[in-house]
Amino acid sequence: MSGLWAMIRKEWKIYFVTPAAYVVLALFALISGFFFYSMLAVYVMQSLSGGEFGGGALNVNTQLIQPLFFDLGITLLFLLPMLTMRLYAEEFRSGTMELLKTSPIHRMQVVLGKFFAAFGIVLLLLLIAFAYLTVVLHYGKPDLSALAVAFLGLALMAAAFLALGILISSFTRNQIVAGVVTFSLFLLLWVAGWTTAYSSGTIAGFFSYLSITTHFQNFTLGLIDLKDLVYFLSLIVGGLFLTARRMELAE
Amino acid sequence: MLEVQHLSKSYGPFPAVSDLNFNAQKGEILGFLGPNGAGKTTTMRMITGYLPPSEGRVTVDGIVLQDQPLEAKRRTGYLPELPPVYPELTVEDYLRFVARLKRIPAREQAAKIDRACRRCALADVRHRIIGRLSKGYRQRVGIAQAILSEPPLLILDEPTAGLDPRQIIETRELIRGLAGEHTVILSTHILSEAATTCDRVLIIRRGRLVAADTPANLTHRLKKTDTLLLEIRGPAEAARAALAAVPGVARVELSAALPGAAADSPARLTVESQGGDIREALARAVVSAGWGLLELKPVEVSLEEIFLSLTDEPAAAEPAEAAAAAR
Repeated sequence: MSGLWAMIRKEWKIYFVTPAAYVVLALFALISGFFFYSMLAVYVMQSLSGGEFGGGALNVNTQLIQPLFFDLGITLLFLLPMLTMRLYAEEFRSGTMELLKTSPIHRMQVVLGKFFAAFGIVLLLLLIAFAYLTVVLHYGKPDLSALAVAFLGLALMAAAFLALGILISSFTRNQIVAGVVTFSLFLLLWVAGWTTAYSSGTIAGFFSYLSITTHFQNFTLGLIDLKDLVYFLSLIVGGLFLTARRMELAE
Repeated sequence: MLEVQHLSKSYGPFPAVSDLNFNAQKGEILGFLGPNGAGKTTTMRMITGYLPPSEGRVTVDGIVLQDQPLEAKRRTGYLPELPPVYPELTVEDYLRFVARLKRIPAREQAAKIDRACRRCALADVRHRIIGRLSKGYRQRVGIAQAILSEPPLLILDEPTAGLDPRQIIETRELIRGLAGEHTVILSTHILSEAATTCDRVLIIRRGRLVAADTPANLTHRLKKTDTLLLEIRGPAEAARAALAAVPGVARVELSAALPGAAADSPARLTVESQGGDIREALARAVVSAGWGLLELKPVEVSLEEIFLSLTDEPAAAEPAEAAAAAR
């Protein structure tokens, strides 16, 4: 246990001195803030014009929160490779992997330490997003349980991204290579579901199942489907497990 | 303390280390000597648990590394060729991390970090960022990391590589100071280092152990014949004949006079004996002939020569091995 804790603290320290964490936090605050403001403005405008016909305010959950969480997801897709690309590549490059592998610490503790450290930053990012949403909580009446599920979905998706990013980082000693491959894979997973727009065969269905958006969508609507939970959890567990296996191999 | 049995590692068909066997006693400094690429680093990586061996086993302090890796790793400190430091962290933060990693109890951490810093003379850079330290300091941080948990076994891979002469001397003194408390295994391709620092030297070549002994014994063993150097004031050729006639002398060689030397400059001769001490007989022969005996001393075979003679094995062995490697 102390080994896991040591890894988490070390990774956090490096995140904040490099200062990758501050850059990611600041950029996320800026980008998500812009998204939030724009969407809120559109939502308010539409609600006001809708009001002329007697419809009143539009549904906050479907008209504001759902599209907003999609955009938060895209922002994470861009930023999370910055958090994971270094995690293993740098240990291999600088030779510190020799310290980790010859210390009395199980490799799963190393993997989990890195994962939890990165996830800690993700929690801070979600906190920023939540800070923006308190405005909606104050002035509107969104369905709170649906909002909580949307946050759960965003957290699960981010965790899956992290696990995949860490796995990719363990295959190279070059951070840039790790970053580019990770970002490309995230993007592919994000758009894989587009196949259903022009095809309905089994292959299109398969790609759609692979796609992150297919599974993320239900969460943004406030729905927890076992299929989606299994998808994200298997990406997380699979990614971390394969990384631990990868550590056993020689360079 | 450390037992290495039938340790082998091959990468595909290419054997990097084959069937290595040796022991290290408590408090001993064992030197790993060999040319670059001989398998020194591979062997050390297997002893520390970084690389799994293809065959064989390593026992540290009675614990088999292959059976209880975490317990064996607790008893081992390791300095890889590159000091395994995080350049972003300060020395203090880094050693804190290592202390937690090595499972040093929380209340002992501060004291152990203090002690390691003192022994490695790091006190004045403790709060500096490692990335901004000189190579010598970084190496010392690496050593501090290895000795931090005061493990019974220390593995140091080329601890003096890349240091300036002054730092090399300091590092050697530090290592000598570590012996007794720790069993130290260090690798080097510098012979004088092995000779001055180590109690015992293992010479490896192409992944095989070719010799294991104290530096003095290695030197002695390789001296098949005793060689003596004489400097005589007298006629060179006559002296050669007279010395060759002394019983027990195998061969006498006259060193060529230095160009431009005066005609009456002393003659220098190298005498090889068949065994036994013939110094008195030689001295008597020179004095009774009425010449002046200026110098008479045994010639030491340097570790360099031993190293070369062991690592340049007879050419006959080469083709077979080359063929094996090619296959």
